[in-house]
Amino acid sequence: MIGSATSINYIPIFIFIVISLVFGIGTLVISYFVQVRIDDPEKLSTYECGSEPISDARNPFPARYYIIAMLFVIFDVEVAFLYPWAVVFDKIGLFGLIEMIVFIALFLVAYVYAWKKGGLEWD
Amino acid sequence: MTAQLLFFYFGGMAVAGAVVAVFTPNLVYSALSLLMTFIHIAGIYILLNAEFIAAVQIIVYAGAILVTYVFVLMLFNPEQEKRYFHKQYKIGAFLGAVVLFLMVFAGFKTEILSKGGPFTVEYVEEIGHTRAIGNALFTDFIFPFEIASFILLVAMFGAIILAGRGIKKPKGPGGRVDLSSRRKAKEAIVGER
Amino acid sequence: MDLIIQIVVIVVHIAVVLGVVLTHVAYLTYAERKILSDMQDRLGPMEVGPHGLLQPLADGLKLFFKEDIIPAGANKIIFSAAPILVLVPALIGFAVVPFGRDSFFIGSIEFTPYITDINIGLLYVLAFSSIGAYGILLGGWASNSKYALLGGLRSAAQVISYELPLGLALVGPVLLSGSLSMKTMTEAQGGGFWHWYVITQPVAFVIYMICAIAETNRLPFDMPEAESELVAGFFTEYSGMRFSFFFLAEYANMILVSCVAVVAFLGGWQAPLAALDFIPPIFWFLAKVYFLLFFYIWLRATVPRLRFDQLMAFGWKIMLPLALVNVLLTSIVKYFLN
Repeated sequence: MIGSATSINYIPIFIFIVISLVFGIGTLVISYFVQVRIDDPEKLSTYECGSEPISDARNPFPARYYIIAMLFVIFDVEVAFLYPWAVVFDKIGLFGLIEMIVFIALFLVAYVYAWKKGGLEWD
Repeated sequence: MTAQLLFFYFGGMAVAGAVVAVFTPNLVYSALSLLMTFIHIAGIYILLNAEFIAAVQIIVYAGAILVTYVFVLMLFNPEQEKRYFHKQYKIGAFLGAVVLFLMVFAGFKTEILSKGGPFTVEYVEEIGHTRAIGNALFTDFIFPFEIASFILLVAMFGAIILAGRGIKKPKGPGGRVDLSSRRKAKEAIVGER
Repeated sequence: MDLIIQIVVIVVHIAVVLGVVLTHVAYLTYAERKILSDMQDRLGPMEVGPHGLLQPLADGLKLFFKEDIIPAGANKIIFSAAPILVLVPALIGFAVVPFGRDSFFIGSIEFTPYITDINIGLLYVLAFSSIGAYGILLGGWASNSKYALLGGLRSAAQVISYELPLGLALVGPVLLSGSLSMKTMTEAQGGGFWHWYVITQPVAFVIYMICAIAETNRLPFDMPEAESELVAGFFTEYSGMRFSFFFLAEYANMILVSCVAVVAFLGGWQAPLAALDFIPPIFWFLAKVYFLLFFYIWLRATVPRLRFDQLMAFGWKIMLPLALVNVLLTSIVKYFLN
């Protein structure tokens, strides 16, 4: 049916994604046609503790979030390297262990640097 | 046959997503279509039996890098920004053309189809893709692996230094709140009681 | 013809799993209200059906027929797409969960107790759970409401922060079992409860549970929703079916992370003692999942909410180094035991 045995295992996943997309979109569409709709400008205005909304909601936000996201990208790549290592750990033995200790040591240098420079603070 | 159809579906959607990402004026749509591209590229990896790479494609590109982009979009209110052609678009177009040429050239030059390396489909099937990658990465390719960790360290320094400039100059609402003043205010309130 | 049968079998599998998961989601909301009210000495839902048993059905129908408002100034496309972007990743994670041991046969057609078994099952679940952050972030942004945007940003920051220790905690079981397949991982824990990884990896289990609670935005980590300060966080402006999708996704995610915890740490469908093997494996699986879900709800009734800066500091300064040290120690101990 398809190239090889490994890929065949993914066909159910492909079908599952399609089915859940259809389920999601279908439910929204059917619900759209059966519901009562009464438009009213007051109803459509956004919530702001009962007062009139002030200014555009999409104000700039602190750079904190950006730093957290960048740190996350870097650490996430490092974590991704750990999985193949964990899977083959039995085979590579001491050599693999030392490699990973060096790798994690570098990881820790980066981590401590980020901490000391205040990258992990949230104020 | 099914494999070919799926390949053309994944490839076509990936290209379509990339084209929309480049040409749509709305940066949020651009990010979403890039997400579509990343997921379909993962599909192509699956067709190539490269399961681990497919997972990493989604975890790192879709789950981390693109999320950072979306964060930046939230920070800079994208809908008010109008897309425009950058002044350096000629240089960009030239570099893009060079890279495209190199890729096509490399595709013709390498003998992927005629000569198989040690990692045949049967070998990868037998021991599993993650194992195959782990075996190669932590024995033969140990030096590139450690270099990669070093590059990540440098990237971390760069990220902190670049972002550090941003932290020190708060702009508008939501800038840095002085904790000591908050504490003083708290003490004053407690004192009144 | 063969191909058609194969596809029908797959679709039946998916339909069964979807049906079971959605029923569980519905009754998890009911169970949560009932357990919480018992803990607070109230009755909880009592009106619809005996002991309020039909309450989830009534809620679902009500939400289905409710008008879903798109607030003024919202981006209509993104606003409608966000709930789907949250719901789909929460549902498709169940594709790789092995619910039981034995396949059963109708004629010569095999029905496996899982939808599919892939070599990277664990990574697959992690990959798609990270996609869920988009729906939250974009839903909050598209609403054009300050509360929603702040809730969305907070939630996404929280989800990505806790994803690192969560991933690191799961490296422990991967090291011990040498596989990323959920089926192989379950089978590696056979032969009594002392083989379960919760015994050999207690720190990883605790880290996983804490991070899983944070990932699913549940109390005491429900900062993004924080009813009392952010109204409802990223779904402040949502109503009707779109609102219920966020709700569905949250509860489906609770069940999914519990399933992963059961597979990775509590031996999946394995019985705790060989003498108890006569009870069907699926029963053990469900019992363990129900236990973790009860724990979730119990926690909500007991623990107060954290402040956002405490939450981020906890994730980055305690969970992350702890998870890293756990990985290192596990590998060193494993090397010397071999």
